[in-house]
Amino acid sequence: MSGVSDTATKTVGARKAVSRDRKAPIVLDTFAVIALVLGFAVPRTGTSTFGLATRGDLVALPPLAVPTGGTVTALALVLAGLAVAAHVYVLFGAARRVPIWLIAGFAVVFLVAFLTWASAGRTVPVPGLLIGSLALGTPLIFGALGGVIGERAGVVNVAIEGQLLLGAFSAAVVGSVTRQPVLGLVAAMAAGILVALVLAVFAIRYIVDQVIVGVVLNVLVIGLTGFLYAKVLKSDVELFNAPDRFPVLPIPGLSAIPIIGPVVFRQTIIVYLMYIAVFAVWFGLFKTRWGLRVRAVGEYPAAADTVGIDVNRTRFRNVALAGAVAGVGGAYFTLDSVGAFNKEMTNGMGFIALAAVIFGRWHPIRAAFAALLFGFATNLQSMLGIIGSPVPSEFMLMLPYAVTVFAVAGLAGRSRAPAAAGKPYLKS
Amino acid sequence: MKLELRGITKRFGSLTANDHIDLVIRSGEIHCLLGENGAGKSTLMNVLYGLHQADEGEILLDGVAQRFAGPGDAMNAGIGMVHQHFMLIPVFTVAENMMLGDEPTRGGGVLDLDAARGRVREISERFGFDIDPDAVVGDLPVGVQQRVEIVKALSRDARILVFDEPTAVLTPPEIDELMAVMRRLRERGTAIVFITHKLREVREVADRITVVRLGKVVGEAPPTAGDAELASMMVGRAVELTVQKAPARLGDAALALRDLSVIDARGQYVVSHVDLVVRRGEILAIAGVQGNGQTELTESILGLQPRVEGSITLDGVELVGRTPRQILDAGVGFVPEDRTVDGFVAEFTIAENLMLDRTNGAPFVRAGALQLDAIEMFARAAISEFDIRAQGIDTHVGRLSGGNQQKVVLARELNRELRLFVAAQPTRGVDVGSIEFIHKRIVRTRDAGVPVIVVSTELDEVVALADRIAVMYRGGIVGVVPGDTPRDVLGAMMAGVTPQAVAT
Amino acid sequence: MRQDTLRSHRVLREILGGNAVVSVLAIGLALLVGSILVVFTDPEVQAASGYLFARPADTVRAVGDAIGGACSALFQGAVFNGTRAGWANQIKPLTETLTVATPLIAAGLGVSVAFRAGMFNIGGRGQMLIAAAVAGWISWSFPMPHLLHMLVCVLGAMVGGALWGGLAGVLKARTGAHEVIVTIMLNYVAFYLVSFLLRTPGALQAPGSANPKSPAALDTAVMPTLSDLLGVGSFRLHAGFILVVAATILIWWVLNRSGVGFRFRVVGENPNAARVAGIDVKRVYLVAMMMSGGLIGLAGASQVLGTTTTGFGSGIDAGIGFDAITIALLGRSRPWGVFASGLMFGALKTGGYAMQAAQAVPIDLVLVVQSVIVLLIAAPPLVRAVFRLPAPAATTLPHRAPKAVNR
Repeated sequence: MSGVSDTATKTVGARKAVSRDRKAPIVLDTFAVIALVLGFAVPRTGTSTFGLATRGDLVALPPLAVPTGGTVTALALVLAGLAVAAHVYVLFGAARRVPIWLIAGFAVVFLVAFLTWASAGRTVPVPGLLIGSLALGTPLIFGALGGVIGERAGVVNVAIEGQLLLGAFSAAVVGSVTRQPVLGLVAAMAAGILVALVLAVFAIRYIVDQVIVGVVLNVLVIGLTGFLYAKVLKSDVELFNAPDRFPVLPIPGLSAIPIIGPVVFRQTIIVYLMYIAVFAVWFGLFKTRWGLRVRAVGEYPAAADTVGIDVNRTRFRNVALAGAVAGVGGAYFTLDSVGAFNKEMTNGMGFIALAAVIFGRWHPIRAAFAALLFGFATNLQSMLGIIGSPVPSEFMLMLPYAVTVFAVAGLAGRSRAPAAAGKPYLKS
Repeated sequence: MKLELRGITKRFGSLTANDHIDLVIRSGEIHCLLGENGAGKSTLMNVLYGLHQADEGEILLDGVAQRFAGPGDAMNAGIGMVHQHFMLIPVFTVAENMMLGDEPTRGGGVLDLDAARGRVREISERFGFDIDPDAVVGDLPVGVQQRVEIVKALSRDARILVFDEPTAVLTPPEIDELMAVMRRLRERGTAIVFITHKLREVREVADRITVVRLGKVVGEAPPTAGDAELASMMVGRAVELTVQKAPARLGDAALALRDLSVIDARGQYVVSHVDLVVRRGEILAIAGVQGNGQTELTESILGLQPRVEGSITLDGVELVGRTPRQILDAGVGFVPEDRTVDGFVAEFTIAENLMLDRTNGAPFVRAGALQLDAIEMFARAAISEFDIRAQGIDTHVGRLSGGNQQKVVLARELNRELRLFVAAQPTRGVDVGSIEFIHKRIVRTRDAGVPVIVVSTELDEVVALADRIAVMYRGGIVGVVPGDTPRDVLGAMMAGVTPQAVAT
Repeated sequence: MRQDTLRSHRVLREILGGNAVVSVLAIGLALLVGSILVVFTDPEVQAASGYLFARPADTVRAVGDAIGGACSALFQGAVFNGTRAGWANQIKPLTETLTVATPLIAAGLGVSVAFRAGMFNIGGRGQMLIAAAVAGWISWSFPMPHLLHMLVCVLGAMVGGALWGGLAGVLKARTGAHEVIVTIMLNYVAFYLVSFLLRTPGALQAPGSANPKSPAALDTAVMPTLSDLLGVGSFRLHAGFILVVAATILIWWVLNRSGVGFRFRVVGENPNAARVAGIDVKRVYLVAMMMSGGLIGLAGASQVLGTTTTGFGSGIDAGIGFDAITIALLGRSRPWGVFASGLMFGALKTGGYAMQAAQAVPIDLVLVVQSVIVLLIAAPPLVRAVFRLPAPAATTLPHRAPKAVNR
């Protein structure tokens, strides 16, 4: 009931105290300083080349070559200018906030500057970089969508990792035994639902803390798949762990567009499903009856109850739905990117997906972009490893996690979870 | 139309909240359900609304027995409810809140927001409300939020509307408007159940009055019944609303608030530019409608508010900028407004709760170690001195009655050397017997020469205890008046009218 | 500032406050689940079930053999092996169990302290890694006299763990960041940080090595073993166990008999009341997380100075950080309960390896049993429903030790 007393007191104040949020400009300052250091303190010479073409493009774009030193210095100065602009907005702007376009623009310029600096004397295959990002991002996006649905309905889903892993396992086994990747996909969804139902039963029926159940479920799935992998899958790999992968289905016409075509439109059915899922979850949550009720149940379940919505049933169903979505993400590993199940193959991806949920502020589209960003960071690390990067790969791998710590600490804007997320609904 | 409750009985464990209650409600009537806090009024209405299932008894609508498995069934039967704590989702718009649970769609489950907006406008116009369907509910003033609740109930074609303690959060003018709305609804044939414990409101609008005490109907009364009669029905005996107290023997000024402002997390001034002095040996009561800054004012004295401007001095020592620990050590005793949230740890024993704010040193902690003997002795003494009814010092405080819980809090706070005592809503949800005890202890504290601040939204309590009364409205002090100021003047002040304006 | 904590804390209490019968039944059920997995994946059972209806006795015998073999391997591996020669060899499995239990108990205590102050510390992995890195670094870089060296290393590990855990505490206190998310993320940050240091010459990498592995600890820093003391056998049980017993006693005293622990418990049960009672809640969050991280650091020290003294890699935490959560839950965050459940999980792990070797039952089975135990313990009504037990009389408040002050 704290929300009620909050709103009650709120009407009292007629005036509003002026408050400026200086966190955003300070973060931009930090990155601008990093860029300036790269440009002036540790300059690199030579030429940075960006490859833009792939085979099958309608028009083969020529590679873009720029002088490393000059470009980085110029971009660093641009970044410094943007950071100053951010301060100006906070001090004198009407809204006293940094506009979102400035932050987005800053991010893009910083990325280009960093890539230019890191690839001195080398060639960066831009489409390859983006394709890899999407490949790493796809299971994260499915996981994050599962997280968004669950948390919007008021159930914190720490078991995304377990759903991905059991999804990957089931897809491999069923896809392999039946020789039908589609059945594998269905099995992955069923596996995700299974984990979700255990979560739901314990969290909703037996009101066990959702975080505890999530953590324990992850261990359970790791143990179970590890056990069965060693005992069953290894006994006959051909039968149990050699599923057919989904084929790449280029979309005629669109797939020939330079850069965009190979990245977006030369993909498997699972990636196309991902595009649909992101849109569907967004549309569903904000434009349909289903979404209105899900959000109501996650924000203020007692209010939903008084208008005749069965809170716990709604939560139950949507946790199951979230599990199915996350399960598809698991299938992506065994039916698309890797092609066979390995022990603990999701390797913490579920937690990055959780990070994407928070970084994306519980919004399906923002969460999807956060997941893509994390996929990009991971892929950039492996690519820099190949072309010989001056930055240790561990720090790139650390990035999603570190960024999430900053995000929850409120250094990257205020993030607000659904008010009732994590709290069981008990009728008094 | 006629709604009948027959023999409704509802038990929670060993507690019987409703004991064979009979009630008849007719359209075109305002039926008041009058009773003390905890008399079982809200439970009864929750049974009617399908939120609880009755253990015995039946609900009849025009003679037909009903079974309400949930609020949905009740709503379909034409029963609507305006909840004491608004059942509105703060981040949703008015239209979204109104449509929730019965959403107009364009097919395929896609929301038809235009239809919902139209419905909000249509109902608002019918009753002369001015509500923007696209406003986010959390940004609206409390009075408007309540109207959204009413619109929400009416949008479901409610023919019986239950108002559960609707006036607790309203200012007197807002209360007048609500009464007018209730009359308008009655004229259009809606049956209204008005739950309250405030006698004046009952007399103003009720067509019929049913009084409930300890889960039972104790009788009906005509609207013409006098205050004393209704009050004695409510509490089961003639009530002494005044507290026996000698005239205050005033000492020096002890607590001084100068230009004090409190800013909340949203950047709003919830207390603005308050100047107030409390002298030794007097009780200063702070009156006002709930949510006008009283909570924040008392919390700022204790150092619980993060953004405070101005100055608070106690015996010349500045308190602003100090931690709650330092302020407690400076001799401030504090009874928080919502004791179940802020006042004690329900799972701890009485003994543990009695040492809750003295965990840093003698007598209960020495060299970092708990002094079990000292804790036990203190607890035994407190139980007998404050007449705490419990099996022993190891009883969990969560198992005690509201009155006994409050006595534990009081025993803890009063058993120290005090230089200031602040009690917020000291008798909320407390039985009558305990109220008398608590009031006596507060007066005794005053008589010992301690400056006392009592915050109460109950005018009766304010009038009974106060030597002086400060009335708060919208974060400011409207005026400070003597303890014997007439109620109608206080009521006007609670709506923001200064005492000078009242006098003219 | 007010939080809707009462409900969520009731849930936490439910977990902490169940009764012993439920625990025992939960363990039984979990072992049953484990047995079923063993039986269904056992090749002989599968073979025999092919002609189940012709000769059902074969299937029954195969099932019995599978379970019996697994159980006896478990017991022989974890407690006592009578088939070996000499008492030193016979009781070696028991000392192995204690060895494995040592870091489990330490980390379990750490998680418990955070639990009691109302926080989840899921960051055991990161705290152990940082602690191991600090202890390791001191252990090979700074020669010191015997015992003193070891104690300095342990202290360093505890400080390292406390600082890493304290980071989550600071963020929670200063910005309200949820410690669950922060500690999960810091696990990975620590992992990549330590991985980087382990492959960087001049940092933690062993000189002249190309592998991401640390040098061996100096002899002076290694915890003396039981064999060192007795002069017989090849026991790995080391002095870390004594430290853990001491830690259990100390944490019992802190939580139940000290002012600090009292404040922890107040904050854990009702942070709002704590704030009003003048308790610095933010400080409690910070101190509790540091204490929690420090204890988990002790687990890290026990790993690098006790069991893996010849140099370690980035997997030195061995999943103990997560095991600790289940141990704390099983022990209901009471220090001696944690001690007991740590011993039990130590036995399960030790026996699990023996089972893997003798019966080809993958060690992952232990994870399954472990997580099923915790799930069941967290939901007493479920266990009661399975065994048709009556619900406890008091439903409004959890049945907990009545005399909290006197516990």
